[in-house]
Order: sequence, then C-alpha cells, then structure tokens
Amino acid sequence: MTNFTTRLDAKFEQCKQQGRAALNCFITAGDPNYDDGLKLLKSLPAAGADVIEFGMPFTDPAAEGVTIQLSYERALAAGQTVAKTLQMVREFRKDDNDTPIVLMGYYNPIYHMGCDNFLNQAKEAGVDGLIIVDLPPEADDELCLPAIASGINFIRLATPTTDAKRLPRVLQNTSGFLYYVSINGITGTATPDFAVVEAALKPIKAATDLPIAVGFGVKTPAHATAVAKFADGVVVGSALVGIIPATMDENGKATPETFEQLTNLTKALKQAIIKAR
Amino acid sequence: MSENKNPNSLRQGPDKDGFFGIFGGRFVAETLMPNILALEKAYDVAKADPNFAAELKHLGKYYTGRPSPIYLAERLTDHFGGAKVYFKRDELNHTGSHKINNCLGQILLAKRMGAKRIIAETGAGQHGVAAATVAARFGLPCTVYMGAKDIERQKPNVFRMRLLGAKIVAVTNGAGTLKDAMNEALRDWVANVEDTFYIIGTAAGPHPYPMMVRDFQSIIGEEAKVQLHEEEGRLPDAVVACIGGGSNAIGLFHPFLDDESVKIYGVEAGGKGLDTDEHCASLAGGEPGVLHGNRTYLLQDDDGQILEGHSISAGLDYPGIGPEHSWLKEIGRVNYVNATDKEALEAFQLCTLKEGIIPALEPSHALAYVAKLAPIMAKDEIILMNLCGRGDKDVFAVAEHLGQDI
Repeated sequence: MTNFTTRLDAKFEQCKQQGRAALNCFITAGDPNYDDGLKLLKSLPAAGADVIEFGMPFTDPAAEGVTIQLSYERALAAGQTVAKTLQMVREFRKDDNDTPIVLMGYYNPIYHMGCDNFLNQAKEAGVDGLIIVDLPPEADDELCLPAIASGINFIRLATPTTDAKRLPRVLQNTSGFLYYVSINGITGTATPDFAVVEAALKPIKAATDLPIAVGFGVKTPAHATAVAKFADGVVVGSALVGIIPATMDENGKATPETFEQLTNLTKALKQAIIKAR
Repeated sequence: MSENKNPNSLRQGPDKDGFFGIFGGRFVAETLMPNILALEKAYDVAKADPNFAAELKHLGKYYTGRPSPIYLAERLTDHFGGAKVYFKRDELNHTGSHKINNCLGQILLAKRMGAKRIIAETGAGQHGVAAATVAARFGLPCTVYMGAKDIERQKPNVFRMRLLGAKIVAVTNGAGTLKDAMNEALRDWVANVEDTFYIIGTAAGPHPYPMMVRDFQSIIGEEAKVQLHEEEGRLPDAVVACIGGGSNAIGLFHPFLDDESVKIYGVEAGGKGLDTDEHCASLAGGEPGVLHGNRTYLLQDDDGQILEGHSISAGLDYPGIGPEHSWLKEIGRVNYVNATDKEALEAFQLCTLKEGIIPALEPSHALAYVAKLAPIMAKDEIILMNLCGRGDKDVFAVAEHLGQDI
C-alpha cells in the first residue's frame, strides 16, 4: 500500500462506480514517429481509453511478440528516446490531467539514464505508474521502492506461474493495479481460455484489494467482453499497435486510415467492456 | 567447486542473490522467476550430491575425453622468442570445444528437474552443437536459436546440429546474431516454461546461470593447474583466454584467482579496432547495464539501447559479457585486453603452420595476445592459454576472408 494516490487510483475507482472494467490501451511511444505518435496518444482518451500504457522502445524486448518488437524497431529507427517519451507525456498532460499514463518497458534505458533522474523527470512530466518487465520483486531496491518514494505506482505482473507461495511477494510493493498476464508467453500471440483466467484470478482477488487488469492475447471486442466480466481492467496492446504498419504510408507516416482504425477499435473495445456486465 | 577457506578469496561469489559486487542478479520477467528459483534449488541439491559429481566426471572421462592435455607449443615458443607457451587443449573435447563441459552439467540438471525439452542459443554454433549433442545422448528434443547471419557464416555447425536431430530456428530480428538468438530463446522459454530447460551456453544470464556455467567450466583451470604442476612443478606466470560471454575464460581463470603471482588476461574481440564502432569489447568499450537477466558491461548507446557488436568470430559477437568478468575488471584482478579481426586471422594461420593445430577463430584472439605477451616475458616464464575450440567450423569463413575460393 502507498501513502499517496495517483490518477490510476482515481480512474479505477471511477470505473468501479460505473460498474465496469477499465480499458487499458497500449501503444508504443514514437511509433511510427514522434509527431504521429503524439497525435495517436492524444486521440486515445476521446476514443475510450481509460488508462494508457505507453511502451518505451527497447532494442531487446525479450517478452514481446513480433508486433510489438517491430513497433519498437520503428520507433527507435525514427529516433525515439526515453527523453522524447517523457516529452510526449508532458505534451499530453497540457490537455489531459485525468487519464493515467503508465510507462511500460525494460530496465536498461532507465538504468542508463539514472533511476533518480528518470523518476524525477517522470513525476514532473505526469507519469502515474511503471511496468518494467525485467524487474521482478527480487529487484525491488533498484527502481520499485524509489518509484514509490517518488509518488509513482510500480505495477507488478502476476502470471500463471505465480503460485500461492509466491503471490504475497508479487503483491508486496505493487500499487495502482495488478497486471495479470493471461498466458505463459509473449505479447500478441496466444489467446487464453478466459474461464481458466477467471479461475486463476480468484485466489489473487482474495489476497488483494488492488484492481486487477488482464492482458496478453486480448485482441477483439469479444475477448474484451469476456475479460471485463471478471476483471477490473482489460489490456489491449498488439491489436492496436498492429494497425500502424497496416495503415501507414510508404514513408512510415500515419495516414487518416491509421487514426480512424485506431479510434474505431478503441471505441468497439470500450463498448464491449461496457456491455459486459 | 573446490574447498575454499580463505576469507579473502576471490572465489566466493556470487552472493545469495546472484551478485558479484553490483554485477549479476536476476533481471527476468515474472513468468520465469519460479523457474529460475527452482533451478537454483535443484543446482544446490545437485552440488551437495556426490552422485551428481560422479556422473559428471564419468561422462567427462568417457564421453568428452577429459582430461584434455596441456601441450607445450615449442615452435610457437621459439617463434615468439620469450615465455614458454602451453595450450590447454580443450579443442580436443568431443564436439570440438569447451562448450560440452557445461552442456553435460546442465543436461544432468534438466533430467533431474524432469524437463521434457531443451532449448539453447548459439553464436558460432559450438554451444548449439554441444547442446544438440547432449540432447541426443539423453533423448530429449532440442531447439536451437541461431542468428540468420551466423547460420550463413557457420554452415558446417548448422548441418551438424541438424544431423544430431536438433531443430534450428533462424533468428532474423536485430542484426541476426547471438544477442538476438538469446532474446528469441528467452521468448520460447517464457511460452514453454512448464516443460522446457534452457541450456545457456555462456557464463551470463540470470542467476544461477553465471555461477553454474563457471562451475561446470572450472574443470579447465583445475586440470590445467595440476597438469602444469606435473610438467613444470609450478604455477604459470600468465593465463590467457578469449572472451565473448566469457565461459571458457572464467573456467580457466577461476581456479587461479587466488594465486597472486599469476597474471590473468582476458582477450576481447577488437573487431575492426576499438576506435571504430565495429568491435565486441564490452568491457573496454561498454558501460554497466541490464540485459538478458543480468547486470554487466554492455555495448550501448546514449539512450541505453543495446548496440550490435562486430567480430570476425561469431562466438565472440555478443554485446555483453558474463557478470563475474565485469566484477573482476572492476576489482582489477584480471587484465582485459583485445585483439582485432586481423590479428586473430594472423594468429589462426600462424598456429596452423607452426603447430599443425587449426584453432577456432575465438581462441585465435587469445593467441594473438599471446603473440604480444610472450616476447616481452622471460624465457623461463610460462604462459598457459586456453585453446578452447578447434577451427574446422571456420575454414570456409577463413577462406573467404583470405580471398580464396575452395
């Protein structure tokens, strides 16, 4: 538990009041380039995103499937850096002070920048939480505890391999929400049997009051409906990110089609979530 | 794994969380954490079980052909005109390199843990061949991830792995070399964590891998120390090994770390030179960072993005290095130096012509440094170099570098 609240706490509380799950939309910062990426980011709340998971590109994303790998490659090729990602959050915050932003990525670019420096800038920019794939609870001293001290949520991943014995360790310093990874695997690949996921969430719900969002393999409005029946948040990533290469022009620029498809899928996911309960 | 009672020993690491100083650790996705912890436990149990050591020793003797001899390279010694040069002949091992030492240890653990399937990454293909070999020997299916560029430059090893029944997956992301193969192997492991054992080939990755690989490779230094004592009645004055991830080097170095009189040299791949962007000298040209489960020196840019290395040798073409080496650099116990592609190629030819031994391009880097070191040492001094692999796999690539059509 933390002694501060962030936009994440407020947003999940608001969704709970409305009797529905939250829609967490993942896109990669700077994909396909900075300018288009910023417009895409800004377009998400109006389309229905409750929480934005903002991917920080990394050369070696060992937990990502090919859709997000390529997305990271496009962003890096267009010159994206941690500093530019933070700048995008600042720009976003000029018009939106309610939608939580969670930076999602890998530890090395943060470590290289210096954890304190990164956390100071992230807080000032308006970041609410962090999901760092390669920092398990055993490494809490590295970034998790300093993040909490800076007033930023550190969101932990629980997975099908997280057994009852390990769960308390995973929950210990988690705040904002808990991210349940629906499969043993990488992003954007297999879609789970949602009945199995629902069953897996029961002991976790018994162990924590934190909202639980479910991601990995959630691609369609039908999947979103299935997850929203039992989870507090529905995370969609690769399905959204995959729109970019499918619609961009030959110069790697977003087209009107890119914005339209991203908005339409986000809206459809949101409607599917609202009607789920 | 020898008895160690010296409180100041440099052989005590890592700590319980897998750190050598600030290096090492377990930086992996949550999905893998239970497996990593289970592996650590299984390895602790195995280490305490005399049957495990006995089985490994038996396989080492009858399957690998251990102990590998040490060999006084007389004509090279004459040629260099200084210190006596001994080779530790780990290139004579079954499968042609030191990699088999580690693979046998890990496959015994895999069997103990009830694994149904083996995965491995490979650069030069030496580790892939060794992993495919032990998988065949113990009847487990094996998938080897290999960069597409490495598949192209190591064709003989690719075919050997296929003959051994392994499935080879070509990795095309990134630059298509060892680091990308390791990412892909990690992705496989996350997706198949319930039944799959990942045999990591170098002394890197999340704890307990760097410790475990070091322990399995330390047979190199332990044997050599005894053998040199038999031949010369003393310790070497210098030990030298090449370093990509650093498994053969840590295997040679570790038993000598507490012998203060022994100078230790690790030779990184200097590629086209350290003043260019095309090298793999992580310690000389990198900074501490976190990749593939451990904190260590990495080649990276200003934004913490990992850079692709370059080396003539696919086995050294890795932008990181085992964490224990990073620590040994920081405390100053080991001298980390480098040799360029050109120097390695010259050493490759020199060894072949003078000693009738075709070395792999990896230890050719070590020999390239010996060529600089031996002449400035006295004739009664001794250099022990790990000849960690044979060069059969490299003859096609070398022909190409020499502009010869075969």
